[in-house]
Amino acid sequence: MNPRTIAAIFAGKAAGRASRLFGRGGGTAIAGLAALRLDSAIVRDLVGQAGAGTIAITGTNGKTTTSLMMSRIATAAGLAPLHNRSGSNMMRGVAAMLVEEASLLGEIADPATRIAILEVDEATLPEIAREVHPKVIVFTNLFRDQLDRYGEVDTVARSWGTALAREQLPNAKQQGSPPTIVLNADDPAVAHLGRAYAGRTLYYGVEDTSVSVDAIDHASDFRTCLDCGAELSYTATFYGHIGHWRCATCGNARPTPDIQLTRVVLGDDSTSMEIALPAGEMRVVLPLTGLYNAYNALAAIGGALAMSLARNPTVTALEGFSAAFGRQERFAVQGRDVHVLLGKNPTGLNQVLRTVAANGGQKRILFFLNDGIADGRDISWIWDADYEIVQPLTDWVLAAGTRAEDLALRLKYAGFGDEIDAERNTATALQRALDATPVGETLHIIPTYTAMLDVRELLATQAGSSRFWEDG
Amino acid sequence: MSGSRTLRVTHLYPRLMNIYGDRGNIMTLRHRCEARGITFELTELSIGDAFDPQSADLIFAGGAQDREQRNVAQDLLATKADAIREAVEADVVLLAVCGAYQLFGRFYRESTGVELAGAGIFDLHTEHPGEKTKRLIGNIVVNWEGQTIVGFENHGGRTHLGPAARSLASVRSGNGNNGTDGLEGVVYRNAYGTYIHGSLLPKNPAFADHLLGLALTRRNGDAELAPIDDRAETRAHAAALSLKP
Repeated sequence: MNPRTIAAIFAGKAAGRASRLFGRGGGTAIAGLAALRLDSAIVRDLVGQAGAGTIAITGTNGKTTTSLMMSRIATAAGLAPLHNRSGSNMMRGVAAMLVEEASLLGEIADPATRIAILEVDEATLPEIAREVHPKVIVFTNLFRDQLDRYGEVDTVARSWGTALAREQLPNAKQQGSPPTIVLNADDPAVAHLGRAYAGRTLYYGVEDTSVSVDAIDHASDFRTCLDCGAELSYTATFYGHIGHWRCATCGNARPTPDIQLTRVVLGDDSTSMEIALPAGEMRVVLPLTGLYNAYNALAAIGGALAMSLARNPTVTALEGFSAAFGRQERFAVQGRDVHVLLGKNPTGLNQVLRTVAANGGQKRILFFLNDGIADGRDISWIWDADYEIVQPLTDWVLAAGTRAEDLALRLKYAGFGDEIDAERNTATALQRALDATPVGETLHIIPTYTAMLDVRELLATQAGSSRFWEDG
Repeated sequence: MSGSRTLRVTHLYPRLMNIYGDRGNIMTLRHRCEARGITFELTELSIGDAFDPQSADLIFAGGAQDREQRNVAQDLLATKADAIREAVEADVVLLAVCGAYQLFGRFYRESTGVELAGAGIFDLHTEHPGEKTKRLIGNIVVNWEGQTIVGFENHGGRTHLGPAARSLASVRSGNGNNGTDGLEGVVYRNAYGTYIHGSLLPKNPAFADHLLGLALTRRNGDAELAPIDDRAETRAHAAALSLKP
């Protein structure tokens, strides 16, 4: 290792430690920034030591859960993941994780057993691809999210296409072929990436149309053909613009998936999946609910196949899976069963609302709407989400967060009544929700990203579980 | 009298132009009519559908992504622009937000110099200064007729009003039409254009009622709008006044 790398690792480790000493947040951003400032190639150098290769996972929704699934599969297969599991998924977050894993001499221990599993922010994917040339890239889906930060969804789609085009150039990588790309066949914007791709593609999709919905969601982003611009038609819609799509004008259509979910049963606490693979079949009982988690499992299975991980550890890891940070996490607090379900954009939130509604019974729901940078400062997306889905089942609701008043107004329109309270203080909102929930009963908390971090910290303290950067 | 009142709303390209929660605007128009016993009739028009200028009391169009906006622009000019212009000249109410606001101007000049023709309903044009120039993004508050309108703006294009155009409002905080002249939006007869979404109408009930009043007066000669419960609306409006731009 050159002295620059060693200095960068030292600075990163020191910054991370100082940041953790002085407060919250796990020190991920600071440590990564400190290291990158001294050695911009540090991510490439450290990731390059992972003997089993690198897989990057990106997309609007599901990348944290899919990455965690990949990490558990790799562990079950006997590998030791290098995984940015805190959810800090820009270059600095990846750098911070690597700096923590490396020795002061810039060496990753036991390199032959290491696999790099990188959750990557959708806007950061081009930069990561250029730096590390992953062996595999998994794309989950593409929905509008934080227009004020990412710009239009089309901009993200274009940047992915450009990044992949560059990976196909002969000199992109001194050795070997372009990355294998694992694509959601049911998302027209993601499937489009494979249309002219010279490397290997693996498509996954849902064949079982018994879980399709009649109405198309209001939050649907790719309604027109990416090739010819005509409006797409669907024979089945699963959620948002995810479904069995085709363009009647130019004939472009959903590719036949290599990994097919042939049968799915969505239960109260789990999801049974029957999956047809290029060679053979797989049955998984996933201990998570909601069709979106079945898609996450399909993406992880695709990633495992592309990384040549064995089938048995894949099934074992998925069946023993527990939720990622703030995604269907459960806490026992003050005798109540508290579910935290992240809802950060209209499509993701609609899926969460459908999942909550699918289990019968009356609900108590605490919604949070924050407008921090990481949430997106523009909260107009709440008008595209269908809060109406849970209204008939809800007997107590509170609007909280930095934009509680906007949320209360949206809930009024969803039929929750004219007098929804708006509570900006997180701790007060949480206590009010706990007080409204009888002991032994369930409270659902549906926050945006930064609100999830805040409320999760309060819940973890009260439930006595570990903080995320110590977890693992 | 009020029992027989009807408002006919035409929503242009609801599936292709709905990027910033524009559905909230339609939900608000419906709610504020139905709470007063006014029948609300909604017609949605998409690519290829013709528009009958006699068929609507209020026309709404929202924002779109660039790709969809190009498809919409072609269709607008080919099948609807003349009829919409005729309706606007006959004092039908029009609300155009964000992308539609730009499309209803005279032209849109891309950073390459290429000019795309607009529907020419408003005497204004929009210039895109190129990807290297900052988009105008953030919370916005404007002064309008002694009141305020609040919301969010996110646009790369800079809009400049022509001599025949009157601005809708003056910017109190935020950027507005172009970030330089302190103006926001446009008014021509009963047609309104603005960059403000958020959604626009839910937490600006006075502006929503202003549009409804114009449309109902024209149709029924009766603009009476009984007060309704606006506590949640007023609270959201007040909270937005103190947001950072």
